[in-house]
Amino acid sequence: MPRTIVPIGPYHPLQEEPEFFSLTVEGEKVVDIDVHIGYNHRGIEKLSEMKTFDQATFVVERICGICSTSHPLAFVQAVEDILPIEVPERAKYIRTIIAEGERVHSHLLWLGLAGHFLGYNTVYMWTWKLREEILDVMEILSGNRNNYGMFKPGGVRRDLKADDIPGVLKKIDSIVPTLEMLKKAIMDDPVLQARTKGIGILSREDAINYSALGPTARASGVARDVRKNCPYAAYDRVDWDMIVLQNGDVFDKLVLRVLETFESIKILKHCLTKLPPGEIDAKLTSIPPGEGIGQHEAPRGETFHYVRSDGTNRPTRHKVRAPTFMNLPTYKATIVGETLSDATIILAAIDPCYCCTERIAVRNATGMKLYNGEDLVKLSVEKTEKLRKQWGMK
Amino acid sequence: MTRDEVLNDLRARFAGDILDLVEKSPKRVYIEIRVESIRDVALFLFKDLGGRFNTASGVDGRSQMEILYHFTLEDINLLISLRVRLEKPNLEVESLAPLFEAANWVEREIHELLGINFKGHPDLRRLLLPDDWPRGVYPLRQDYREWDPEAIRDRGV
Repeated sequence: MPRTIVPIGPYHPLQEEPEFFSLTVEGEKVVDIDVHIGYNHRGIEKLSEMKTFDQATFVVERICGICSTSHPLAFVQAVEDILPIEVPERAKYIRTIIAEGERVHSHLLWLGLAGHFLGYNTVYMWTWKLREEILDVMEILSGNRNNYGMFKPGGVRRDLKADDIPGVLKKIDSIVPTLEMLKKAIMDDPVLQARTKGIGILSREDAINYSALGPTARASGVARDVRKNCPYAAYDRVDWDMIVLQNGDVFDKLVLRVLETFESIKILKHCLTKLPPGEIDAKLTSIPPGEGIGQHEAPRGETFHYVRSDGTNRPTRHKVRAPTFMNLPTYKATIVGETLSDATIILAAIDPCYCCTERIAVRNATGMKLYNGEDLVKLSVEKTEKLRKQWGMK
Repeated sequence: MTRDEVLNDLRARFAGDILDLVEKSPKRVYIEIRVESIRDVALFLFKDLGGRFNTASGVDGRSQMEILYHFTLEDINLLISLRVRLEKPNLEVESLAPLFEAANWVEREIHELLGINFKGHPDLRRLLLPDDWPRGVYPLRQDYREWDPEAIRDRGV
C-alpha cells in the first residue's frame, strides 16, 4: 500500500503549544512517526547561569505555566542538596500543599482537554469548572492563581495564615462530590471506553526501556513515583497510595489521573490539618562549591534539576530535564499500528508539555560583547599595567 | 540489596573502571569512571540493577567536558551519577542509545548543544536547534559567541 506523510503542526489544531509530528500512514494505519520539537525555545539553562540562585528560582518558575511549582521545587531542592541542608518542618508541609494543589488543577486541566479532544465537551466544561475552585484555593494560599512564587532555597517565601485554612478545607471538600460524579461518568461511559480502551498501549517493557515517567509509566504497571521512591518534602509523613494500573492504554492513563486527584486531595487535607508550627526558612546565606540534584514528582512525572556551584552566588551549570522529555519518545511505541483517528488522543495521553521540554537553545544577548573569565582577566591585567604607567610605578 | 551491598558490589565488579567514588549523602553517590567503561557500567546499572535513567548532564569546563549520567535505584532510594571526563578537543564517547531508548533524545540534545559526539548513536539528527543554525556552533559552550547579527535579542540578560 502506498505510504503518505500526514503532517500535524507546528501549529497544532488542538493544543496550544507548537510541535511538529510527521505521521507516515498506509491508508488509515500509522506506520511511523517522527517528532520535531524546538519551536518553543527560550534558552533557560543558559539564562539561569546568569542569574543568582534566588533569581533563578523565579526564572525556572516561568519554564511552564502549568507546572509552576514543579521546576522551582526541584531547583531549590537541588540547591539545598549542594550543602546538603534540611528545611524546617513547616516549610516542608507548605511545599507539599502547593505541589499537590498544582497536581489537582493540572490533572483536571488535562482531563478537560482529553474530553475536548475526544469530542466530549461536557467533560471539558465540568472539569474546568471544578478546576476553578482549586485555582481559588491556590489564590487564597499563595496570592496567585498560577506562578505561586512560594519557593526559595532553604524554605518557602510566604507562610500560610491559620485563618484561611478552614475556608480552604471547605472549598476542597466541596469539589469532592462533583469529582465522584465525574469519575463515575468517565468510567461508565460506553463511548469514552470505545474511544480509549485498548488504544495506544505502552507495554511495561517499553515504559522501562524509555524510562517513562509519572502517569505514563504508572498506567503501564511500573510503580514509579518520586514521592514514594525518594521521599522529600512531607510526602513520607502522609498516608497515601500510589495508583498503579496495568493496561497502559489511554483509558488507564485517564482513570489513573482521576484516581490520583483523589489521593492528592487526601494529601492536601492531611497537610492542611496537621500543619506544624515553626520557622518556614532555614536562612541560607551562601552556597558552597559543589553539585546537587533535585527531583520532584510533577503532575506529568519526575522533574529533574542538576545544579553546580563554584561558590559564587550564581550556578555555573543548571540542567533541567522535564518529564515530557522522557515521555515524548514513547510515541514511537504507542502510536505505530494505530489508526490516524486515534493518533490525536494518543498524542495527548502523555499530557505533553512542550514549554517544559524545550527550554534550551540560545539566541544570545544584547548585541554587546559578552566577556568570559579569560577576557576579564586579560582586561584586568591591561588596566593594572595602564595604571602603573600612569602613576609612574615600575 | 541494600545500599552498601550495591556499592560494594559495584566497587568489586568494576575495580578497573572506577576512578573515584564519592558518597556525598545517603541518597547521592557520584562515581567517576573511565570514558571507555561507560557502556558496561551503564548497562549494569540499567539492566541488572533496574536503575531508571534520569538524564545526562553535560558540563563545559576550561580544558575538559564532563558528562554525568544519572541513574535512580528506586528500591533503595539511591541516585548514582556516573561521571566521565572528556579532554578537549577529543569530545567523543560511546553512545548508550543502542542499549536503552531513554538515552536517545538525551544524547541528541547534548550532541547539538555541547558538540559531543556519541559513537554508535542510531540517529544523531538535530532535536531542538532550528535547521538554519550553523554547523559547529554549540550554544551551551562557555566560549559561545553570537553568530547571527539579525537575531532577535533578549534585552533582559
